[in-house]
Amino acid sequence: MLSRTADSLFWFSRYVERADYLARVLEAAMRLSSLPIRREDAEGEWASALSTAGCMADFTSLYDRVSPAKVTRFLAYSKRNPTSIRNCLRIARRNARQVRTALTAEMWDTINSAWLELNKLDFDTMDASAMARFLEWVKEMSLRIDGSGYRTMLRNDAYWFARLGIFLERADNTARILDVKYHVLLPENVEVGGGLDYSQWAAILRAVSALTAYHHVYHESLKPMRIADLMLLNDKMPRSLASCYGAICANLDSLAAAYGKQGEAQRLARSMRNRLENCRIEQIFESGLHEFCETAIKDNGRLGAVIAEQYLV
Amino acid sequence: MSLNEMHAEDGSVRRPYARVAEWLTTISPEQLERRRVEAELFYRRGGITFAVYGDAQGEERIIPYDIIPRILSTQEWSKLSAGLEQRVKALNAYLRDIYGPQEILKAGIVPPELVWRNPAFRPEMCGIEAPHGVYIHIGGIDVVRVDADDFYVLEDNARTPSGVSYMLGGREISIRLMPELFRSHRVAPVENYPNELLATLQSVAPRGASGEPTIALLTPGQYNSAFYEHSFLADAMGVELVEGYDLFVRDDIVYMRTTEGPKRVDVIYRRIDDDFIDPLVFRPDSALGVPGLYGAYAAGNVTIANAMGTGAADDKVIYSYVPEFVRFYLGEKPILKNVQTWRCREADDLRYVLDHLAELVVKEVHGSGGYGMLVGPHATKEERANFAERLKAHPDNYIAQPTLALSTCPTFVSNGVAPRHVDLRPFVLTGANGVRIVPGGLTRVALREGSLVVNSSQGGGTKDTWVIEC
Repeated sequence: MLSRTADSLFWFSRYVERADYLARVLEAAMRLSSLPIRREDAEGEWASALSTAGCMADFTSLYDRVSPAKVTRFLAYSKRNPTSIRNCLRIARRNARQVRTALTAEMWDTINSAWLELNKLDFDTMDASAMARFLEWVKEMSLRIDGSGYRTMLRNDAYWFARLGIFLERADNTARILDVKYHVLLPENVEVGGGLDYSQWAAILRAVSALTAYHHVYHESLKPMRIADLMLLNDKMPRSLASCYGAICANLDSLAAAYGKQGEAQRLARSMRNRLENCRIEQIFESGLHEFCETAIKDNGRLGAVIAEQYLV
Repeated sequence: MSLNEMHAEDGSVRRPYARVAEWLTTISPEQLERRRVEAELFYRRGGITFAVYGDAQGEERIIPYDIIPRILSTQEWSKLSAGLEQRVKALNAYLRDIYGPQEILKAGIVPPELVWRNPAFRPEMCGIEAPHGVYIHIGGIDVVRVDADDFYVLEDNARTPSGVSYMLGGREISIRLMPELFRSHRVAPVENYPNELLATLQSVAPRGASGEPTIALLTPGQYNSAFYEHSFLADAMGVELVEGYDLFVRDDIVYMRTTEGPKRVDVIYRRIDDDFIDPLVFRPDSALGVPGLYGAYAAGNVTIANAMGTGAADDKVIYSYVPEFVRFYLGEKPILKNVQTWRCREADDLRYVLDHLAELVVKEVHGSGGYGMLVGPHATKEERANFAERLKAHPDNYIAQPTLALSTCPTFVSNGVAPRHVDLRPFVLTGANGVRIVPGGLTRVALREGSLVVNSSQGGGTKDTWVIEC
């Protein structure tokens, strides 16, 4: 397969996954900001949505103050934000168009129709409920792309590169949301208690679509350490770091088997998966959740670079 | 009065259109409109789009599609097809000759300066033998009808002719949206075009290539107006769709960059122009091409389809000599007619053209896409006067032809079904093992009443073309 084709498949998936994640982050922020909290705290929610999305710097270069409307516009559809949902879908479609021959008709149809639909939307007149519907639509669209890929693609290198993109992006997103939110999970905050904490924790879980999963796994009320455990180490939870790395390793191994060659990417991914497997959440809290997340984000970046070096250029 | 392909002059229905005429009496404008919308949706959702250069608004547009098919009988087709084969053979022979022994110049048939001064003539190709002697692997020959008997060639496209995806897309729509009508006609298939193309490309692999040659389709990328077609064809043939960056040349051998390392390429079906194909030999500022590609070709390690320099055979002055090529190289009588052409470079012709501007179509010798031409009968007096000045200043740049009364086909327009002018672009494939033509081609239709300009860049549409027994 052409390196450029692999590259486009990889980034196509990453951008769809990122659009999905941004929709979840925005939903969480909208929900939290509707709670009876102080105005500064509400503003904090919107600011943390920006940090979680990794575009605080881009935002502050354009605006001096954080406001719900500005952040929503910036994350959802601003053309000036290179990774707004709208731009993610635009780039995803551009990558898909680049490699139409490597996508199935169903996948192409889904992303192309989504892009055409999105262009018909009038964002400027969108009220909160229309925005909520839009975010819902983004999530559905990513499910359709994920599902059509799963159902219709041949299990060959094209499929593995596309999957690799999804899981690397997802691992990155999970690490990022924890890194921004780690302070609400730290023990000193547990004392505060009350409904607001619950909402904060629930929002994190919702952003990774894991609120229901939590209850199924732990059979108890939300506890910070359990939340971190679910998101980092639980390999049954499809968005956990452990599970993303399991999938990354599996797809890299499929590539290595097909090409008859293991490489740096395989070794690096395996060592990260092993670290997650052999780790306990108590240790992570002891040595610092923030530090752990920071390292994870750095490692994700490094793995992305190594994959690119090995296959995509 | 132009030929109406459905209705003879006495009002009776011409035989090939018998069933279509009957079908049109049973179908309402609403039903036609619904199918038109569905067809448009098919193109839109499939991303079967094109871009118009210089149009900032229309990043991606679809070409209007008319669902009423254009019908040709097998008798009409077999004559046309024999003529196409003959014509493309003659064009290939001409290219082999001017890049080789140049017999035709020695014979005094073509004035040498028409070859040397032609910007599409590539001196770099002289003395290099094209693999298997084929230059134009894919030719698009635009033909028109003015009467029931003859086909006239309007223009030969010997460089990178496009439009075949619309031929295939149109067929897909016919089968989906008009299954009964389609079935009742027993239409000769065109779906095998990608297969025939692949067989053609495989047949011209360099002699040193391994058993199953590796073929790649070279595109300028997704912002090119025909990108959909490039990706469609690559997909249908199961070959890689590459951009310049994906290829590199080492020791005169072409490789593509793959996830498993470099892979040798034997045949390149290129859809980028000569100018951009190799910055080391042609335009140095080209970022689309592959440095060293020309060297690999000259060394005989890769086949490029179409070969570089084929533009020397399809400009509008050379066009006027093609019947001579048929006689000179093949010793045959041309089957297809040429439209009478006045070469403004010749003093007598220029005088005639200036005197008859109001009746003639004047075209730039190296123009295409319907740009830069004067349609005398439709131009204002002032436009004609301005054009006459340009003509006198650069007579070499122009040829003139009579305004042809192109035939018409029934077409669905806003006020119902009405005749509109059409042309036809069949695609002629030439490999080491002969010529292949799928029956039919791309029918282009001028949607505006009375208009003769069918180019998609000028608001033309397309139709499916059915070759049927009748």
